[in-house]
Amino acid sequence: MGELLSRWRQALEREEPVAVATVVDGPGRGGKLLVTPEEHIGTAGNPDLDRAVVEAARGLLEGGRTEMVHLGPRGQRRMDEVSIFIQSFAPPPRMYVFGAIDFASAVARIGKFLGYRVTVCDARPVFATRERFPTADEVVVAWPDEFIKSAPVDRRTVICVLTHDPKFDVPVLKEALKTEAGYIGAMGSRRTHEKRTARLKEEGVTDEELSRISSPIGLDIGARTPEETAVAIAAEIIALKTGHPGGRLAERQGPIHARPAEEARR
Amino acid sequence: MNPVVERVARWREEDKRCALATVVKVERSGPLGPGTSMAVSEDGEVVGSVSGGCVEPAVYEEAMDAIRTGEPRLLTYGISDEEAFGVGLTCGGVIHIFVERVDW
Repeated sequence: MGELLSRWRQALEREEPVAVATVVDGPGRGGKLLVTPEEHIGTAGNPDLDRAVVEAARGLLEGGRTEMVHLGPRGQRRMDEVSIFIQSFAPPPRMYVFGAIDFASAVARIGKFLGYRVTVCDARPVFATRERFPTADEVVVAWPDEFIKSAPVDRRTVICVLTHDPKFDVPVLKEALKTEAGYIGAMGSRRTHEKRTARLKEEGVTDEELSRISSPIGLDIGARTPEETAVAIAAEIIALKTGHPGGRLAERQGPIHARPAEEARR
Repeated sequence: MNPVVERVARWREEDKRCALATVVKVERSGPLGPGTSMAVSEDGEVVGSVSGGCVEPAVYEEAMDAIRTGEPRLLTYGISDEEAFGVGLTCGGVIHIFVERVDW
């Protein structure tokens, strides 16, 4: 096995960020470069082109993006003879589930199914146990707001607050709003939602910040059981990420995968 | 772990020749996004996919040829002509697939 393939496999196994750039058209077709934030292996054809490709790949890798890049044969930016496909392999996105209730178990399972690295967190040791959440990557006994303060969060991170008790919800939501999480959802009835919203406002949360919280959580599909609710939540997470409305395809015109370029960025 | 990369690595450990086919561009509607891949070993094993099953047989043949010749290629598949049993996508999209022998 070549060095490039061996390093590629290792990076994926260790969940380290890695990009692979391949010359798919133009001179030097078949050239390949593996790029990590620290090193690069292989060549796209010549050192000048390599330099430009490594720079482009590191930029894309930062956002976990996969794209076709066009450059000149010596890496010139205003030329386009060489088409290079750069694929980012970012570590799996994170899902944090707060509140170790039955609904959390279903949400943790569907999160895993969608490819998230799932952490379930609750302050009550009786509920936050491995046995109750066998599919979660991590079960943590901690105060949710304390936990989220130190947990790694990026734009791909999903935060589901299922505690539906303002005593727990309000502090963790306030902390969640300080992060750049791509999705923040909070469970609860209309009544719970209104009380929680009022409390958050009292604590100085602005309307703009409040609009970031999906509350009550989930798409309106009539979900009742924990499993159905998990589907409603998962569907909302996907719809918000892709910018799709979440209605029925049967009632919509136009292409189904309307934004393939965007979808590839997952 | 990416199952396609993992399988390719194992084939190479066994000194089996193989080819990797990757979706590099999707125009209009397409079933799977850029980066989706499929690999074929010299003894005909397949892992992964590049569409909803529409173009895999054709890509398989191209991959086998790439294994023999070592020649990388950029393939384009568009709307299918069902009457002619042509290879293509029924969804109306166009996908570009890069096929290369794993020599790296």
